[in-house]
Amino acid sequence: MTELLEVRDLRVDFPLSGGVLHAVDGASFELRAGEALGIVGESGSGKTMALRALVGLLPRAARLAGGEIVFEGVDLASASPETLRAIRGRSIAMIFQEPMTALNPVMRVGEQIAEGPLVRLGYGRRRAHERAIELMRLVGIPDPEERADAYAHELSGGMRQRVMIAIALSMEPKLILCDEPTTALDVTIQDQILKLLGSLRERLGVSIVFVSHDLAVIAQTCRRVAVMYAGQIVETGPVERVFREPRHPYTLGLLRSVPDVDDRRDVLSTIRGAPPDLADPPSGCRFHPRCPFAQDDCVEGAFPLRALDGERSTACIHHELAAEDVGREPVIAGG
Amino acid sequence: MAERASQPLLEVSGVSMHFPLRRGLAQRLQGRPKGVLRAVDGVDLELAKGEALGLVGESGCGKSTLGRCIVGLYEPTAGEVRYEGAPLPAKRDRATRRRIQMVFQDPYASLNPRLTVRQTLAELLRAHDMVPRPAVDARCRELLDLVGLGARSLDAYPRQFSGGQRQRVSIARALALEPDVLVADEPVSALDVSVQATVLNLLEELQQKLGLTLLLIAHNLAVVRHVCDRVAVMYLGRIVETAPTDELYTNARHPYTQGLLRAVPKLVPGRASEAAAVVGDPPSPIRLPTGCHFHPRCPIAQAPVCMTDDPPLTAGPGLTDHVAACHFAWTAKPTAHVPEVAR
Amino acid sequence: MGAAAESFAEAAVIEHRSGFRRRWYRTPSFVAGLSILGTIILLALLAPVASRHDPVQQNLLDILQGPSRTHPLGTDELGRDVWARLLYGARTDLRVAFLAVLFPFVIGTAIGLLAGYFGRWVDTVTNWFVNVVVAFPFYVLIIALVFALGSGTRNIYIAITIVGWVSYTRIVRGEVLVAKRREYVLAAQAGGLSNLRIIVRHLLPNVVTQAIVFAMSDIVLDILAIVTLGYLGLGVQPPTADWGKMIADGQTYLTTHWELSTVPGIAVVITALGLSLLADGLADLLRPE
Repeated sequence: MTELLEVRDLRVDFPLSGGVLHAVDGASFELRAGEALGIVGESGSGKTMALRALVGLLPRAARLAGGEIVFEGVDLASASPETLRAIRGRSIAMIFQEPMTALNPVMRVGEQIAEGPLVRLGYGRRRAHERAIELMRLVGIPDPEERADAYAHELSGGMRQRVMIAIALSMEPKLILCDEPTTALDVTIQDQILKLLGSLRERLGVSIVFVSHDLAVIAQTCRRVAVMYAGQIVETGPVERVFREPRHPYTLGLLRSVPDVDDRRDVLSTIRGAPPDLADPPSGCRFHPRCPFAQDDCVEGAFPLRALDGERSTACIHHELAAEDVGREPVIAGG
Repeated sequence: MAERASQPLLEVSGVSMHFPLRRGLAQRLQGRPKGVLRAVDGVDLELAKGEALGLVGESGCGKSTLGRCIVGLYEPTAGEVRYEGAPLPAKRDRATRRRIQMVFQDPYASLNPRLTVRQTLAELLRAHDMVPRPAVDARCRELLDLVGLGARSLDAYPRQFSGGQRQRVSIARALALEPDVLVADEPVSALDVSVQATVLNLLEELQQKLGLTLLLIAHNLAVVRHVCDRVAVMYLGRIVETAPTDELYTNARHPYTQGLLRAVPKLVPGRASEAAAVVGDPPSPIRLPTGCHFHPRCPIAQAPVCMTDDPPLTAGPGLTDHVAACHFAWTAKPTAHVPEVAR
Repeated sequence: MGAAAESFAEAAVIEHRSGFRRRWYRTPSFVAGLSILGTIILLALLAPVASRHDPVQQNLLDILQGPSRTHPLGTDELGRDVWARLLYGARTDLRVAFLAVLFPFVIGTAIGLLAGYFGRWVDTVTNWFVNVVVAFPFYVLIIALVFALGSGTRNIYIAITIVGWVSYTRIVRGEVLVAKRREYVLAAQAGGLSNLRIIVRHLLPNVVTQAIVFAMSDIVLDILAIVTLGYLGLGVQPPTADWGKMIADGQTYLTTHWELSTVPGIAVVITALGLSLLADGLADLLRPE
């Protein structure tokens, strides 16, 4: 199966007055067609910048400083702005965290959904409107004919997110990038949206890259996961295997610090220290100052992702220590 | 399980918080009645000394408003809050205010950006004469030590701290007055995952060390499960279920609680059901449904009782601790059907 | 591991964005404004030294002279040295404008704080007064008041205060309505601090920055108002040097000696520019983070 998307050694820089901030500093991951990949990381990990770099939507101050983004055989990192614009919104769509700012406040939602087909797919006005209604039904908006005339601020948060998904789908994309789309939503609404995304992926065969800080959300939505820390991907693999048997101390630390609704753990362990300054990261493994298993050889050198087997890879050279630790004290109970 | 003293430390009795809505000119001319936002709509709650009670609900359920009523920032439109049996007046005096303190959600708005940590803490210590003047400085250090911050933090400004550190300063501030009850309003929602754990552990540790009574308001059910002895679930301004923690999570009786628990994503990537746990959007608190507020979204709502009668909180047979506000909480469950809102 | 032990291992207190003291010289508008204004103020203060002539001394033998070595900008229609009058005029106008802004600033901010914080009838009454004053055009009111009270600097202060407090009240009240809902204010209330303390310690420092920035541009407005009053003969009384009077007096000679009106006019423009730049820079710097 060929990869739909392959990102190799992605770098995004923010020039500062006193140096350069390496928001993304050598991140690599891949995605197969029809698959959902989750990128999990905390704030400052670079996950949002990595996502935006994929379609060239970086803020003005930032620049793509290196790496390859191979989408359907084309390297987007070195593509011309015209190529990027053609792909953006068409083959690759994006949905954002805060629908209120992503939707046009003075345009009716039906018009916004119809805009893509009307302008870029050459649909006639009536056909575009029908398509918009169809899409609204697809994403579960009740009474689409009436709701199409509503403005964004008249809808609830969940509805606005559905509108954004409808807009993303209107161009029949192959890939949808999701930047924390449910973080601002209530639990029950989040559940609705996640299940909607899952069913859309199955029905339409669209691939998804889902960025979130919430491990459980990723567990529920994605088949594969890439864990990001300090601008780099430190571990990848199938979600179930990575969460049951993490092979990187940071992944293990994250898993241990998250309270589980199903099981009351006695103590939430924490990761000591604080995330590094991305303008001046630690030498060697970025995580070593906070790592409970750090050794002498972690302090110097480069630590790219190394394949563990066909499906998993990790950047940690002592990954078996993390695996042993979780074997003694599992995070997820049961085999 | 904590032994409950005969008299609860804090009692909330029939508290309501209604906000009148201003009518636009057009509405006034049409003779439309004044709308009322029923943020909190008749809540009864009890907190025993030394226990940690979780108050969960989604946005708009009124949990923050209730928390502020308890702390004395809002004056309830109806009902009263009683402390050690005595009702708390609308305008509380300084001594009374000391008893119940609050930690807020947004670490970036919780501290006055123009004051150093020392100034923020000392101000409270001096206003209440907590320690004699010469001892104020030492006490500030002690408070910071309690929350795990070094003395270096004393002369720093809030902008120099991370979110997690700011929350710790907020906790230190709340503890400066040595309250009996600490209301924590979503104290970790705005923090990173790994930092949440630090603050949660801190709250637990302080609760045990200082014998604090804790009211933890949160929307994250996992957080509440970890910290609290008992949990109360709120929906549209009312409590719909209260039970000891493990009991609630394993044997929820209210359809909303059940839906809420099903909706929480789990770390174990299992084959969750395709259908959403709770359908539809919560109705606006301005136009509440008749009868049981949850009936439009409820999979077991039965006409006509659920549309006309508002179920009170009833205890399960033989259970004193577990109450739920559903006509079918303790009886045979009707067959599930498509909720009204999704038809 | 207890929370206390963990955090000592935590990274040191983060020193992010620097405060005012470190940033001021890196803000171009602030530096430019300060330079311009600083120069003008310096010249005004050093007037007795910078000019060798007495600004009010008439010399009827030497009227309307062009620039020369003794009179760098020439003399006016009464033989007074223009350069000296310019510098002393700066003294007068800047001082009057600054004081004229101070009273409305203090009074307006105080009223805005009270109206915003306490709301209800305090707010309603305040808004009523604000609406009354705002209904009249600024200049019309000022001129009418000075006309009624009589000319002279003291009455200028009174007139400008009566009219000018309104802007500060509106700005501060608006800021207070937002600020009083912030959690640190709620925390202060929950902590049982007195209303006075909350207003002064927690609200005032956080709402006053907008008012300060406005005050800078208000000084510009007031200089123009004083100049206008001077031009109309209602302001500062002769023979005290004042840019407005200079512009007015020079009008008759516009075709022959245009510099008599234009030079003080340019001085007003440069001063206004300096103040605007300063206001811009301050707006940038005073933002809390």
